[in-house]
Amino acid sequence: MTESGVGGPLVAAIAQALLVALAAPLLVGLVRTVKARLVGRRGPDPRQPYADLVKLLRKDPVVSTTTSWVFRFTPFVLVACMLVASTVVPVLVTRPALSFAGGIVLLMYLFMLGTFFLALAGLDSGSAFGGMGSSREVAVAALAEPTVMLAVFALALRTGTTNLGGVAERLGGEPAMAAHPGHLLAFLAFFIVMLAETGRLPVDNPATHLELTMIHEAMILEYSGPYLALIEWANAMKLFLFMTLLINLFVPWWIPAEAAGAGLFLGLLALAGKLVVLASALAVLETAMAKLRLFRVPELLAGSFALALLSVASVVLLK
Amino acid sequence: MSALAYALTALGGLGAAGLGLAGWLGHAWSVELLWLVPLAGLALRMDPLAGFFLFLVGATSVPASIYAIGYMRGARRGLGAYAVFLLGMAVVPLAANVPTFLIAWELMALASYALVLHDREDAAAVRAAWIYAVMTHAGLACLLAGMLLMFAWTGSLVFADWRAASATLDAPARNVVFVLLALGFASKAGMIPLHVWLPAAHPAAPSHVSALMSGVMIKLGVMGLLRAGMEWLGVGPPWWGVALLLAGALSALAGVLYAAVEGDLKRLLAFSSIDNVGIILIAAGAGMVFHAAGLETLAVFALAAGLYHTVNHAAFKALLFLGAGAVARGAGTRDLEAMGGLIKRMPWTAAAFLVGALAIAALPPLNGFVSEWLTFQALLQNGLIPRPELNLVFVLALAGLALTGGLAVACFVRAFGIAFLALPRSEGATNAHEAGPAMRAGMGLLVIACVGLALLPTVLLPRLGAAAARLLGDPAPALRHDLLTIAVSGDFATLSMPVVAGALTLGLALLPLLLRLARAPRAVRWSETWGCGRLLQTARMEYTAIAFASPLRRIFDFLYRAEKRLEVEAHPESRFFVRRMAYRNAPRALAEEWLYAPLLIALRAGADRVRAIQSGSANLYLIYVLAALLVLLVLA
Repeated sequence: MTESGVGGPLVAAIAQALLVALAAPLLVGLVRTVKARLVGRRGPDPRQPYADLVKLLRKDPVVSTTTSWVFRFTPFVLVACMLVASTVVPVLVTRPALSFAGGIVLLMYLFMLGTFFLALAGLDSGSAFGGMGSSREVAVAALAEPTVMLAVFALALRTGTTNLGGVAERLGGEPAMAAHPGHLLAFLAFFIVMLAETGRLPVDNPATHLELTMIHEAMILEYSGPYLALIEWANAMKLFLFMTLLINLFVPWWIPAEAAGAGLFLGLLALAGKLVVLASALAVLETAMAKLRLFRVPELLAGSFALALLSVASVVLLK
Repeated sequence: MSALAYALTALGGLGAAGLGLAGWLGHAWSVELLWLVPLAGLALRMDPLAGFFLFLVGATSVPASIYAIGYMRGARRGLGAYAVFLLGMAVVPLAANVPTFLIAWELMALASYALVLHDREDAAAVRAAWIYAVMTHAGLACLLAGMLLMFAWTGSLVFADWRAASATLDAPARNVVFVLLALGFASKAGMIPLHVWLPAAHPAAPSHVSALMSGVMIKLGVMGLLRAGMEWLGVGPPWWGVALLLAGALSALAGVLYAAVEGDLKRLLAFSSIDNVGIILIAAGAGMVFHAAGLETLAVFALAAGLYHTVNHAAFKALLFLGAGAVARGAGTRDLEAMGGLIKRMPWTAAAFLVGALAIAALPPLNGFVSEWLTFQALLQNGLIPRPELNLVFVLALAGLALTGGLAVACFVRAFGIAFLALPRSEGATNAHEAGPAMRAGMGLLVIACVGLALLPTVLLPRLGAAAARLLGDPAPALRHDLLTIAVSGDFATLSMPVVAGALTLGLALLPLLLRLARAPRAVRWSETWGCGRLLQTARMEYTAIAFASPLRRIFDFLYRAEKRLEVEAHPESRFFVRRMAYRNAPRALAEEWLYAPLLIALRAGADRVRAIQSGSANLYLIYVLAALLVLLVLA
């Protein structure tokens, strides 16, 4: 935000947040459809999540008398976090509106803010399920968030900026930079953690309601109606943001620098194409893999943390 | 009567804060009273760094004193010690020579010892005070040794003379002094493994004193480290900074890990102080390494980040301790397992504690996030040091700091969630009462401080840089800023807290409107928590504090090495009917077991040996005196 005043960036920020907010459910639906096709079912239409959200929005919420205002406040915080996060991540253009607001550290701590409140809400209902989900979620997040930060730091140290847009810009401009062991290690670490952070297999199963295995779903068991809609929506946005970040940091090509003209259209097309490929890959992975035992999950996360640490170390040492 | 006294200490704190602020902004002065203190006289000197720490002491003591009016409920005990404690802490940053410093330092230590011993009936408090006394005097011995060596080698008791004189000292001599001073100051700061007194002593004191001990007193140890490592001894070798950096990372990680499984709310906060001092030491160590490498602007930046975390931690840790004190008074317990549901009975305290928890977990848009962000950026600048082994140290510190951030979230979700949410787990929690107006006012002031510190980094950071720059001789910090945004090293990183806070607020304000537009129902149906068909929900069905920490216990078992013990008393007729069950799963204190226990054994064995020369015969003692005299004469 240097010279052009506040109006332009504000419009750009709102436009990008709207794009993420509106496109995110489609991405979730797409993964579900591809997964269904892979196992030989016809599966729902990819647009099903929209219908689900609308249905939930119209229902009366039932709230436990045990809960406090924290429980009702949490869905709003969660969505607000994701909306702000969606103006920090380079989605359509390399320099999103709030690119300057704090970079990767801000992004990760925004996700953490959402996790913090969601975990509190899980405890607030006083049921054992909620507490169990919260306890597992914060343990997973405590290992996963630092890993993402370290993986992105590896890229930041090579590109000379921790602003996510700046990283994408540099890497997009010089594709040869991607040929570095630190880059590959960071990609692996990021990918594993993306699965954990967005509650996908093999860490958590978004389709299960079995108390022994669930993490995220246990935490939000008490939510209903519009509150549940907000949470599901925020979750979809988180998946969208993580996948976009992965794409735009590690395959940062054809991202326009400015939101104008044919470049924007091309960029939109490129983003959609890359997301479809990644979503299909996620679906294949989720179909092919079984869920890990809960107590094996930390090993996976510790492994990815080690990968991220190695990637930073290799960037620092192999200059 | 006691209310009046605490109001007076609050006023005194306000005055000290004003004086400190003036000094911090550049109003330098010095006072010397040669007749007052033996050897070199009383000497006080104000510079920006001293001003900063004096401001910290004063500004934190205001809410703590106001809180004490309600918390102590007219009890007079501990009042004198409290005043002396504040006075000692206020003089320490100003002390300009060794005698003044040591007297103020010892006043602070003795007064806080008396305050830790507030509850003399409590065996745990007595033991805590004992450990505290031993550790603080071991630290004092180290400081005394280091300072007297400096006196012997430089011929001056005045700190200001040391910088120039230390340039003439050879490397081993400076190393010895640094190690001695660093041990003394680090034990006060609560650095691992010199932290053993801290989790015992801080919870034992009354809560407003705990707030000051954790918020301010341990920071004076950090101040000593900064002064010793960069001002008194000039530019040191890189390993001084590296040692601080690694010790800081270790303290941060171990501190937060112990805090995450602790069951006593105040002990949890004390462990988390070790974590935060670790973060400050990471920044300070990074500053020292940059300084040693000749990168002065980066050194100033890292030090400013450390000072930022120092003042932030003073605000949110004091807030959390005051909140814990309100809970201890209101619900009559410090045990997390006996709390629950307090948000309904104590809404104000709960809201204040929530703000503190968010701030200490470094979540935006509160102040902890700002200083952690700055520390991350300082560490990321290490590429400018052309030495791979140093770079690797920075990478390790980065990893440690990142992991600490994640674990702090887990720790404070547990602290707030178990204590304040869901159903009360004990009689005391069921009948808890809200804190009185004075206590709420104290907490309210600190909430405002947390928010203000979060929104004003562009105002604060240059001032902190100026204070830090005095340590190294005034280079300009490596950051630009306009009113909204801070930029580090050109375009390397930018932060704009007002924009982040504004965006979050905007999002929160727009969402209810959006729901209205979507014609979502506004009425809420109230019902019971779903429980698989059972008839009644009780607190026994909630997740407990120990269960909540269980995943972390499993993951970090190599650190905790918990002794798990399960005692089940079954009915004599059938083992399926359990009469009583006891479960213990306390983490072992490794520092005590591996370091201090062998040390104590060696000390006892040594003392036994020495006993041989203690025969009780006066003649023999005269011979000792004569021999000592001869040896000294020969040596001289």
